[in-house]
Amino acid sequence: MSDTTLKRTPLYEAHKRLGARMVPYAGFEMPVQYSGIIDEHNATRASAGIFDVSHMAQFRVSGRDARPFLQEMLSNDIARIDDFGAAQYTLMLNDEGGILDDLIVYNTGFEYLIIANAANHEKDFNWLMAHKPENVELVDESERTALIALQGPKSTHIIDELTADDYALPERFHINDALIDNTIPVLVARTGYTGEDGVEIVARAQDAEALWNVLLSFPEVTPVGLGARDTLRLEQGYPLYGDDMDVTRNPLEAKLGWVCPTQEEDYVGGQAVKKAREDGVEQALAHIRVDGGIPRNGQQVLVQGQPVGVVGSGSHSPTFGFGMASAYLPVEYTDPGTKVQVEIRRKLVEGVVVKPPFSL
Amino acid sequence: MPSPKNYLFTNDHEWFNQNDEHGIVGITDFAQDQLGEIVYVDLPEVGDSFEAGESFGEVESVKSVSELFMPIGAKVIEVNEDLADAPDLVNSDCYGDGWLIKVSYGDSDLSSLMDGDSYDTYCSEL
Repeated sequence: MSDTTLKRTPLYEAHKRLGARMVPYAGFEMPVQYSGIIDEHNATRASAGIFDVSHMAQFRVSGRDARPFLQEMLSNDIARIDDFGAAQYTLMLNDEGGILDDLIVYNTGFEYLIIANAANHEKDFNWLMAHKPENVELVDESERTALIALQGPKSTHIIDELTADDYALPERFHINDALIDNTIPVLVARTGYTGEDGVEIVARAQDAEALWNVLLSFPEVTPVGLGARDTLRLEQGYPLYGDDMDVTRNPLEAKLGWVCPTQEEDYVGGQAVKKAREDGVEQALAHIRVDGGIPRNGQQVLVQGQPVGVVGSGSHSPTFGFGMASAYLPVEYTDPGTKVQVEIRRKLVEGVVVKPPFSL
Repeated sequence: MPSPKNYLFTNDHEWFNQNDEHGIVGITDFAQDQLGEIVYVDLPEVGDSFEAGESFGEVESVKSVSELFMPIGAKVIEVNEDLADAPDLVNSDCYGDGWLIKVSYGDSDLSSLMDGDSYDTYCSEL
């Protein structure tokens, strides 16, 4: 395979210097691991991990009608983030209620910042562009910006150390602007994908390496690749677009009805969600603990020998030492405690439906 | 790290060590390094027989699964039970405590296997 078609983030050279193993992911050449997935996972849970997530798409939405535009395009109620600095998790749906993407929208005060999945970058931008009225400005900032996540219990202390005395970290699911190390202007968001406290930092591409290096200069900080990013998020039950949902699934099947509030159903796909809510769904996303094997994407899930679903996300939990999976199952099999089996390469391995986050 | 001189190797990165009348099979340092931290090892039953090149099990890291291929035609006489609780032995000591299976191999042909120097040359060209 040729690497010439793969894009690189502004931190590519930094990853190479750290000896990262690079893999293709969503059109980018990305670090999958540095010291090892389990080390990196545990370092994030115990101290702090730093992640280059600059491959993610970043869009800026501004103009007089930006707010009604996003109210129409996104499932969650934009009124919930009318306060400057507020942020929300939300979905973009098609007219049939199928999930086009899951994303976070931040109200940065004078405009909205959207952070979306790298795999959906072009599709999302084109979809928004096609629906956008003239007095809304939509700008793709992805090339000009870097995104670095700092996650784990020591994260906020490090940001405190690197900012002025009068700077206060944003509350959870909020964003503000900061000056890091007296030189690097950034946006600091108290969001993440690991289940730990932490921040996601938006910086200019040209500042990415300086920011990365100053964060990494703290002995508490370990660089973490996409491998541990996946195990960290799956332990929490956080969905990954593509494996845990796609355009063939509606938010209720994906257990994301909570980001489709009922008081405001005029968004694209809202009527389909309303109907699904009234009619009920036949399948829903469930999480499965597996002891005695590691479930993988595409493997069969069975109940009493009968195939009932297919593994979406599947991996090993470094924290707990068991296998973990997600799968769409008939709703009657999605109650915690339901016994299932996963067919792991010709062998049937026992599993049990659990309510995430995974725990012992 | 140079491969042990007294072991034999396959181009699938398994090693075979002749030990009196039986042999021991494991994966090489190159293989364990490529896989990363091994979290699960799936081994055959004692008594199972395999042809040379046949799959006899799998090793899994967090991200990936790799099949294990038999270096020679042989019958399994013992499996490394320690790997059930400590699969990372394959990472920390792949030529020693991280061995996989013990086999009886009769008069199986060993001539297709590489010696340590040839295997190191083979890896350096990958």
